[in-house]
Amino acid sequence: MVTIIAEISGSNLHPVTAQLVGAAGGDATVLCPGGFGAAEAASLSGVAKVIAVEGDCFSTFDGGAWASALGSVASGRIYAASTPHGREIAARMGSAKNLPVVQDVTGIDGDSITRPIYSGKAMETLTVSGDYILTLRPNTFEAAGDGGSADVSTVNQSADVATSVREAIAKASERLDVSEADIIISGGRGMGNKDNFVHLEEIADKIGAAVGASRAVVDEWGLPHSIQVGQTGKTVNPSLYIAVGISGAIQHLAGMRSSKYIVAINKDADAPIFGVADYGIVATWEQALPALSEALDNL
Amino acid sequence: MTDIAVLLKQVPDTTAKIVVSGGRVDEGAVNKWSMSPYDEYALEAALEMGGSVTVITCGPDRARKMLTDAAAVGASELLHVQVDDLTTLDSNQVAAILAAAVAKTGADVVFCGKQASDTNAGTIGPAVAEKMGAACVTMVSELSGDANEFLALRPAANGMERVAISSPCVIAFDKTVNELRRPNVKGIMMAKKKAIEAILPSDLGVDISGSNVTLQSQSPPAEKPAGQKFEGAESVPTVVRKLREEAKVL
Repeated sequence: MVTIIAEISGSNLHPVTAQLVGAAGGDATVLCPGGFGAAEAASLSGVAKVIAVEGDCFSTFDGGAWASALGSVASGRIYAASTPHGREIAARMGSAKNLPVVQDVTGIDGDSITRPIYSGKAMETLTVSGDYILTLRPNTFEAAGDGGSADVSTVNQSADVATSVREAIAKASERLDVSEADIIISGGRGMGNKDNFVHLEEIADKIGAAVGASRAVVDEWGLPHSIQVGQTGKTVNPSLYIAVGISGAIQHLAGMRSSKYIVAINKDADAPIFGVADYGIVATWEQALPALSEALDNL
Repeated sequence: MTDIAVLLKQVPDTTAKIVVSGGRVDEGAVNKWSMSPYDEYALEAALEMGGSVTVITCGPDRARKMLTDAAAVGASELLHVQVDDLTTLDSNQVAAILAAAVAKTGADVVFCGKQASDTNAGTIGPAVAEKMGAACVTMVSELSGDANEFLALRPAANGMERVAISSPCVIAFDKTVNELRRPNVKGIMMAKKKAIEAILPSDLGVDISGSNVTLQSQSPPAEKPAGQKFEGAESVPTVVRKLREEAKVL
């Protein structure tokens, strides 16, 4: 039996939760923090039981309080999502229960667990005895479908909150976050200067993509660190990653090589980025982006 | 002024090539070992607080150099918990060692990176906080205030938020806007003479036998089959068609 800590998005279930259920392979108990998404979780195939864990502590995020409240009903082997909240809850719950925690898992085969190390420059396989807490990388495990009809019970369990939110600062732009996006178009030094990123944004808007950047241009052109893809930025695995004017430094490849499909546009035919690209186009961005924009319009 | 303990980990530099041989990453092939990048921001933030800064690491002897590097930019005390091979420990054991090491320094405020760039796990900050019975915020990109009340900026669902947190606490840093200080010649000379206190997990009363996690093998990432390569912007419509028909991602 596996206990799943549901990932919540607003007051709904985040889609990664269905992937956690899929990875559990049936007979899963799903804990819904704050009770959010409980009905939706109950309709997933492979869910045996849903527990809505309700309490005042779930109004803002405090990893210690959430781990304590959820931990009081979590047992056996526990899965959470490898997201900022999932990882923090797993870390605290493992420490409180004296259980080992393995984060960002990409494969589970019985007691054998696989995860990337050095941002995907290598993989490692571990065996774990007894109970454990894992966080699973999003978009890696097959999602459970609908068709379940599990019972939902409610537990009132709050915990002491040691932090308080004093100020909320709205996003400066409405752009999608690279860690959430299914398609990412990223630019590097080959884009010439930061003003040319507007051409990437234009294409991003057509296909609902997020805009990313290499470390070089984040550092040199003052772009926000939040859009940096690579070993010291975000590790991403979208369905489609389009790299424009990015040569493919080892730190960058580490952050995006697990994307499902990679398109590289670069004028240098020998750029290392072509080594990981499914589709490589040797061309300047000045020529390739207008052609891309037009081809997308014609889809 | 607040005395702060900073947790540091030495990792292969992010520019290092990782070579696997015989089912293990070959440490001898790592050309450069560095302080994990987010730990550098944690150290910088601690030094800016102006109190005494104790840096703590758990790892093999090569990690001594990183402690000396930290002293060169201003760390006042250096504590090394000697563990030859960190892959023999599980997360819970490492957290127990570091929490005990923090208790030994007497610090109630702990800074660390949000994750180390080898495993990118991010377990240690919150796990140490749990063992200390302390509050924790992670992914902090800006910090103001002092131990009576820090204000920490972290990502939230709809942007960012400023969170109040007070001692005892663990703050796990993302990249911050602060420029990292570089050592000067005097700092480097002083650091070379600075003593590193070396202890064993058993000195802290932590038993490191019986890890629940066993490393079976490490391997290079799966090779991708060679991709298709096209010349010139005129190939763009072909690629877009393939993305729709072969890859089915558009």
